Amino acid sequence: MRRARQIAMAALALLLGAFAVVALAQPPVTRSSAAVEVRPEIAALESQVSRLDEGPELFEQSCSSCHGFEGEGVEGQAPSLKHAGEAAADFYLRTGRMPLGQVGDEPLRGEPRFGDKEIEALDAYVGSLGEGPAIPKVEPSQGSVSEGMRLFTESCAGCHGIGGKGGVAIGGYAPPLGEATPAEVGEAIRVGPYLMPRFSEGTISPAEVNSIARYVELTQNPEDAGGFGIGHIGPVPEGLVAWFAAVAAVLLVARLIGERLGGSRADDEAEEPR
Amino acid sequence: MPMTTRRVLRTVESRTGGSGALTKALRYVFPDHWTFLFGEVAMYSFLILVATGTYLALFFEPSTAHVVYHGTYAPLRGTEMTKAYASALNLSFEVQAGLLIRQVHHWAADVFLAAITVHLLRIFFTGAFRRPRDINYYVGLTMLVLAVVEGYVGYSLLDDLLSGMGLAIGNAVALSVPLVGGQFGVLLWGGRFPGTPDFLSRLFFVHVFVLPILIATLMAIHLALVARPHHSQFRGRRQKEGNVIGTPMWPAYALRSLGLFFATAAVLFLLGGLVQINPIWQWGPYEPWLGTNGAQPDWYLGWLIGALRLMPHFDIVIGDYTLIPNPFWGGVLFPGAVFGFLYLWPTIERRWSGDRRPHNLLDRPRDNPTRTAIGAAVFTLVVTVFFAGAADRAFVQFGVSYEFQLWMYRALAMLLPVVVFFATRATCRHLRDRGGHPARDSGARLVERPREASRPLSRPARGYEPRGTETAPEGDARPTGTTKEE
Repeated sequence: MRRARQIAMAALALLLGAFAVVALAQPPVTRSSAAVEVRPEIAALESQVSRLDEGPELFEQSCSSCHGFEGEGVEGQAPSLKHAGEAAADFYLRTGRMPLGQVGDEPLRGEPRFGDKEIEALDAYVGSLGEGPAIPKVEPSQGSVSEGMRLFTESCAGCHGIGGKGGVAIGGYAPPLGEATPAEVGEAIRVGPYLMPRFSEGTISPAEVNSIARYVELTQNPEDAGGFGIGHIGPVPEGLVAWFAAVAAVLLVARLIGERLGGSRADDEAEEPR
Repeated sequence: MPMTTRRVLRTVESRTGGSGALTKALRYVFPDHWTFLFGEVAMYSFLILVATGTYLALFFEPSTAHVVYHGTYAPLRGTEMTKAYASALNLSFEVQAGLLIRQVHHWAADVFLAAITVHLLRIFFTGAFRRPRDINYYVGLTMLVLAVVEGYVGYSLLDDLLSGMGLAIGNAVALSVPLVGGQFGVLLWGGRFPGTPDFLSRLFFVHVFVLPILIATLMAIHLALVARPHHSQFRGRRQKEGNVIGTPMWPAYALRSLGLFFATAAVLFLLGGLVQINPIWQWGPYEPWLGTNGAQPDWYLGWLIGALRLMPHFDIVIGDYTLIPNPFWGGVLFPGAVFGFLYLWPTIERRWSGDRRPHNLLDRPRDNPTRTAIGAAVFTLVVTVFFAGAADRAFVQFGVSYEFQLWMYRALAMLLPVVVFFATRATCRHLRDRGGHPARDSGARLVERPREASRPLSRPARGYEPRGTETAPEGDARPTGTTKEE
């Protein structure tokens, strides 16, 4: 009886503790009172401490079998992560592309295998391995959608398609961008995951990344002035609708009115030849 | 003919000297079969194309002069583009009913081509191309070719990203013609791709004047050549080579046909109002150095994109001179072969069967198994190649490897037509020899048989209702508990 009570108390304490940690780690809600001003700093410190602890351990468990214990890479299996940077780690982990099911598979978008905190810890660890791109700060609201469309057409549409619906690329798959968050767009530009080329800040400036991210948001919710968007990929679904809706409907009408009810053919079949 | 109609006719003809031509037209007889209406759907789509196209031409500006867009569509504001694209945007966003009319125009083009295709299949499989209608068959085929070109030119006018890429592919195909390709391309484009500024206004002139007038003229000839020997008809108890049995134009058939026109218009306007087609503002303007992955042509060019995709990569090179570049195979040779087959088929069939007589009675597809099988095989080939044209979409949508699809379609393009040929021929022969209609006649026949007297039917099936009970044997053989008496 006492033992059960002890366990219950311990569990309650743990829960409360966890709740406190979670509450502290939450991003600050913008309020103007001075009392909460201190909080973000504590939270940042706390998460930094836990990130440094957790990172190497998580890496060893989940990544080292292919990338090596120090992220140095394994010949014929996986590349070195020395210069991958936080951006690459964050991109691959948040889109569920890593860890890979099997060596040699094409990394494809899936459910992320780690929680937010674990990803942050791994990002920090991979970032500490050497020089690499940091996670870019992307603010779509600061960008211009028309500039974004122009840049996207020049640099991205060749593989992802102008509507961001994805397509065949030589040797792989240019994924659709329907689920890509602004942060992921920015990371992909800087990292150049898998077959994608990487773009330095000299080629595409941070302000231009904002614009591209804003345009990608537009493609996720395009303006359909003409009615149902039927996939936003142009003529293939249009052809399907033309044949299976329009032509089918008109042919059905033709079938219904094409022969007079009890018409001449029916008469002919009933009548004896004269 | 009703009294009023006759009076109106007399009034008109006594003043125009029509000498009975109108009366004759109103008495023209249309045989009854729903498949005879496919061509009418095409004709009505064309009418709607002309009507909507006239409205669009009032606002479209076929100019390659560059302007900066300041229109309603915010995401493109401040973007540099040609006047052609800008006017197409304005026509979509600012002109009254502009987008509706543009969408109806585009849907009508898709349906126009589809209706011609279905009509062509009907003509081919019923042998309606035989004397005396062979000339009219060539006229119809020519209209199909012109309609494909007209559609391609039409969506190429808008100078959006997709249309520009379509023109780039068209240019590559034009250049691939052996020996004269280079000159041919320069002749059409006025120079290297993307051509001179005049090119767009040439396209416009061809789209709104040359081709529509050619198609309209051929359509008039087509109708005249249908009416001259009268419609063909299916064989029936009374239908003979020497007569036409059906409903007269007035007061019967004209109304029915009008109904079909309204139905076609209704479907096209419904789609134009509800389903988005070619949202050019989502594609953005075209420049020769720009491109998008997954660009596709409208459906009626899908078979050519498929052929370009399926053709293995090889050119014919002599020394360092490329005699036949790769786009020739899929872009010129394949459509050339398919249309060559269609144009030559009446001649081939006449030679092969030795049948040179005129025919007013149509074949059912099974009446000529070999023709039907050959037609089905060619059609299967075209459809297979057509599907290959959308292989990249199938890859993104269903994850089937693109390279695997190419090899699969290459194999299918060779195997399927052979399989379809033999299967169709066997089916046709079977149906012809059995003499039943596959849809209307299950092959079951009424059979009369005397009842076996000694077997009492003590347990009839539920809902069983005996017929001819008068002749049933006496005694308790008659089933009880039926619904007969209730």
